[in-house]
Amino acid sequence: MNIKINNNAYWANPGETILQVTQREGIKIPTLCYMSDLTPTGACRICVVEIETGQLVPACAFPVYNGMEVQTNSKKVRRSRKSIIELLIANHPQDCLVCVRNGNCDLQDLAAEYGVRSYRYVGEKRSGKLDLASPAVERDPEKCILCGRCVRMCHEVQNVGAIDFVNRGFYSQVSPAMDRSLNTTACVYCGQCVVACPVGALREKSYLKVAWEAINDPEIHVIAQVAPAVRVAIGEEFGLPPGTITIGKIPAALRRIGVNEIFDTNFAADLTIMEEANELIERIQSGGKLPLFTSCSPGWIKYVEHFYPELLEYVSTCKSPQGMQGAMIKSYYAKKTGLDPKKIFVLSIMPCTAKKFEAGRPELSVSHTDPDVDVVLSTREFARMLKIAGIDFNRMPEEGFDDPLGESTGAGVIFGASGGVLEAALRTAHYMITGKDMDQIDFTSVRGLQGVKESSIKIGNATLKVAAVSGLHNIDRFLEEVRNGNSEYHFIEVMACPGGCINGGGQPLPSSPEKIKKRMEAIYEIDRSLPKRCSHYNDSVKALYDNFLGKPGSKKSHELLHTHYMKRESI
Amino acid sequence: MSPESVYKKYPKNEASSLIAMLQDIQEIHGYLPEDDIIRVAKHAGVPTSRVFGVATFYNQFRLTPLGKHVIRVCRGTACHVKGSLDILQTLEAELGIKAGETTKDLLFTIETVACIGACSIAPVMVIDGKYYGGLTGKSVYKLINEYKSKE
Repeated sequence: MNIKINNNAYWANPGETILQVTQREGIKIPTLCYMSDLTPTGACRICVVEIETGQLVPACAFPVYNGMEVQTNSKKVRRSRKSIIELLIANHPQDCLVCVRNGNCDLQDLAAEYGVRSYRYVGEKRSGKLDLASPAVERDPEKCILCGRCVRMCHEVQNVGAIDFVNRGFYSQVSPAMDRSLNTTACVYCGQCVVACPVGALREKSYLKVAWEAINDPEIHVIAQVAPAVRVAIGEEFGLPPGTITIGKIPAALRRIGVNEIFDTNFAADLTIMEEANELIERIQSGGKLPLFTSCSPGWIKYVEHFYPELLEYVSTCKSPQGMQGAMIKSYYAKKTGLDPKKIFVLSIMPCTAKKFEAGRPELSVSHTDPDVDVVLSTREFARMLKIAGIDFNRMPEEGFDDPLGESTGAGVIFGASGGVLEAALRTAHYMITGKDMDQIDFTSVRGLQGVKESSIKIGNATLKVAAVSGLHNIDRFLEEVRNGNSEYHFIEVMACPGGCINGGGQPLPSSPEKIKKRMEAIYEIDRSLPKRCSHYNDSVKALYDNFLGKPGSKKSHELLHTHYMKRESI
Repeated sequence: MSPESVYKKYPKNEASSLIAMLQDIQEIHGYLPEDDIIRVAKHAGVPTSRVFGVATFYNQFRLTPLGKHVIRVCRGTACHVKGSLDILQTLEAELGIKAGETTKDLLFTIETVACIGACSIAPVMVIDGKYYGGLTGKSVYKLINEYKSKE
């Protein structure tokens, strides 16, 4: 089709929207409610353009036709867009200076771009009650601009549907059913709604104050652990290009703000692999429940607990790496050093909001009274912490993690990307079964940003059918197969967030597919650069088994590194 | 009709019958009880939040039970000019509830109507289908207390 945009001729394909054409051709049209790949709603109208009839139409939802003439920058368009922004901010609390999204808010950016210099409309504002009850995600309906991005994310991508539009007209809100708080719904705390929110209406619950109090208390021994996906993303908070690897700067910065020791969650990821590969082999050899589903993504775990509780025995009993690291610090490490576990404070830095909930699960406590992980900060909160402390992150030297829970292999770091846990587990399962490593360590068929990646691998004389799934709507067909008893898979990795932890709900904002791609490339770059790339070669993990746990799947391992799940209500 | 028959009547996992199901449930109870909202969601195979969204979007659905006496106050133009706001406020003060609400003892519900079609006797209200016209704050006060004393 021939169309004209700003008097220039372009080719367009039938069925395309105006926005798809302009994005391809590099013509900027502002968007707010638009999300690539999801149903366009045309809710916010900020993308209006003028067509040859003089009509204003939303570019995100309006299909092109032959002979169409579009103006993206006419006087009428500019005036409409500005009015739309003025109307949006008229019903928005004008508290940008004290908002968590100050400086990275889509609405703020639009107001700046369109030169809004006054509050032109004054009137009644929407009221709504704060929802602060959940341990992970907070809702502030007064800040909501009703773009619906969170709703589409929760329903279409995550298949949870914990929130939706309720009421009508001026009283419209995004809310859980029956005006409940999120903590009494089936919300899995993945935080993808937070990533989708253009303003501060959805945000993580911040635990910065608790973290600072522990650091400032001379009686408390603070031990940090840092998840794999943090090291390829936090640079964005300090102006570094997406995908910048900052492994060494993170421990350096943590030491300078007063954290006593810095361990690596990647160590625990290697440990997880030893246990999970062993569990997989045991289940295959003893005719146990298959497929085995991975258990490191707490959003995914909560999803099964709410929606498929009858399939919980298919989920690996391994704690997540965060959970294992917490347990090892408060048992093995405390015993080794003589530190009182009650005086140890474990500070997790995670790309995740669901990890905040996971840390509070009563099962994850070796003492049965205190949690193994005391506080979880998201990548964003950690960056805020460093900024408050005056840390010039980009000038931090490259330092290492502390022993004995700081050593890790390439298998540990790839936990940060969808497909990584599967690949890491296969590297070790192959070794455990055949006694030698895979000819080709890189198992590239399960890498990449697709929501479902399937493959098979021959180990010894058995062929295993495996899949890596991310974005929860993609997992239902696999679960239905298991429910119907016709699943052919042996091992399925699930990560709640699309693309894995690199796109977690706690990662730097704003997010974009290009940024996620760069973060993923960086994860595999780290893997390639490490001398050891298989968990079974991690000497610290070996020492842990030799001196404390015995062997993978031992009684002690089961007591400290494995857990159980529970059925939850699905509302 | 019993609630069970409603759930039997509609096929499972059929989101398109959502509104019809809610109408039938409301027909039985006079409103949509929370337990039924949850059950309708499971039956239709949609998230509970979506059912709640539908139930709160349409004016026809109620989330609270109706009182024994339903008072409809006309807030149309003619009644407004003749002082219907005063009528409404007197009722709200006398019953201790706002328009759209039901008293705790489940005796009275106040609703407002855009125009009830009886402008000649404005301001008007209707209690259980009976029309009362030419009202004043004072006469409403007397009337509502007569209803109360009968209970």
